[in-house]
Amino acid sequence: MNRFEYVRPRSVAEAVAAAAIPGSAYLAAGTNLLDLMKIGVARPERLIDLNHLPDLDIIEQLPDGTVRIGAQVRNADLAHDPDFRQRFPVVAEALLSGASAQLRNMATVGGNLLQRTRCAWFQDTASACNRRAPGSGCDARGGENRMHAVLGWSEHCIATHPSDFCVPLVALDAVVEIEGPAGRREIPLADFHLLPGDTPERESVLAPGDLVVALRLPAEAAGFAAHARYAKLRERTSYAFAVVSAAAALRIADGRITEARLALGGVAAKPWRARAAEAALAGATPDAAAFRRAAEAALAEARPSGDNGFKIELARRIAIRALTLAAAGTPDRLPALPASAFASSSTPRPRGLHV
Amino acid sequence: MSYLVTLTINRVPRTVELDDPRVTLLDLLRERLDLPGTKKGCDRGQCGACTILLDGRRVNACLALAISHDGADILTIEGLAEGQALHPVQAAFIAHDAFQCGFCTPGQIMSAIGLIGEGQAGDDAERVREGMSGNLCRCGAYRGITEAVLEATRIMADTTQEKAA
Repeated sequence: MNRFEYVRPRSVAEAVAAAAIPGSAYLAAGTNLLDLMKIGVARPERLIDLNHLPDLDIIEQLPDGTVRIGAQVRNADLAHDPDFRQRFPVVAEALLSGASAQLRNMATVGGNLLQRTRCAWFQDTASACNRRAPGSGCDARGGENRMHAVLGWSEHCIATHPSDFCVPLVALDAVVEIEGPAGRREIPLADFHLLPGDTPERESVLAPGDLVVALRLPAEAAGFAAHARYAKLRERTSYAFAVVSAAAALRIADGRITEARLALGGVAAKPWRARAAEAALAGATPDAAAFRRAAEAALAEARPSGDNGFKIELARRIAIRALTLAAAGTPDRLPALPASAFASSSTPRPRGLHV
Repeated sequence: MSYLVTLTINRVPRTVELDDPRVTLLDLLRERLDLPGTKKGCDRGQCGACTILLDGRRVNACLALAISHDGADILTIEGLAEGQALHPVQAAFIAHDAFQCGFCTPGQIMSAIGLIGEGQAGDDAERVREGMSGNLCRCGAYRGITEAVLEATRIMADTTQEKAA
């Protein structure tokens, strides 16, 4: 790890001013940043510690029903907040399917949005990686790439965004509040992360000094609470990143879907909102045929970036599974294995799940 | 430049002068405070051997900068037993043969205490296994670990009820 200067600001304004100096990085929990510093992928000259700032770790409900989540709220605290998990159960399920209990106790809401890809070539400083070292090439293209992107990738980068949390958030129209040298602004989470294109080193819309201070979920997103699930396929039962995942949220009235939300994880450099699938579901009867049509629409543009063609069909199936679980109804208590694709002894599964 | 960090470690206040901001809580405990019970496995947050309680919550000490946790309260494996009396989780690990080589055990025990305190798993073995998934055991003592955590959960709940009565 390189040596760095440690800065502990007393206010957001002080933090933003310090971080605007080139070479600076914000330190939230550090669960991703310190890891990357240990392997030499991140080499900040200056760490701006956010852990002693007041008021960034609050979950509040605004008068219009919007929930506002401070960027320093820890993953576990959000997932177990009684009001939050009742109104946004799919977000709680995604949070609890990610990382380990220890990491969820540390990791923050803001840090989760800004975590880096787990592409092995990105993490290996001896390999070519346009995301880490612009213009150096992409060793993932000809290498071990079965976990890489099938949507939105470019010849310059085929990495995926690893977050579970962001998948239901983007489905539910979350908004990111940013404080920066130019003042305060906000942007829909759907527009926050950037696809690689010619500039994979640009991962989000943030400019130097910009600080994510909060996330908001609109009140109407709580209207999906009765039919909202996250499903995640991993290469082991727990404590692993998604091969593919899906967040599904439905409003159902009189046996028909009045509104649907669907987003996919593990398939692209950003959480992937599947709007064509949502349009296909609006007005449909919530059945296997409708879910299959939606899944086809969600992956219509998908193409392999390497030895990962299997992920396209896998993503269709996880989307169908999430929709099927959502249609069956959100359980009162999350299953023992949140978002797991495997049968759980303590949680009965709806019929017809195996597709 | 040096930094002064004040921590309460196993109920004892300690002030440490750091000559380098890179020191993690794990390295501080092991290399500078003579508390090597907390183990360094992967040093990257993947194995759980370094689990401690930080302000009552289980965390990976390898991914926490000491300087950022100025003022924190830390509990490590060395702070559990009272004299010769083992903590109920320690006793349950012995009773259930919940280890073989023992390297992961301090982290397993600290994680189990965190899990029991969180109150999310109760008497459900599947929830215990899921809640302990951040602690790897390369000897494969998982069955004993799950049994030990379930028994310690029961014993600690009974003790709490007795105290309340």
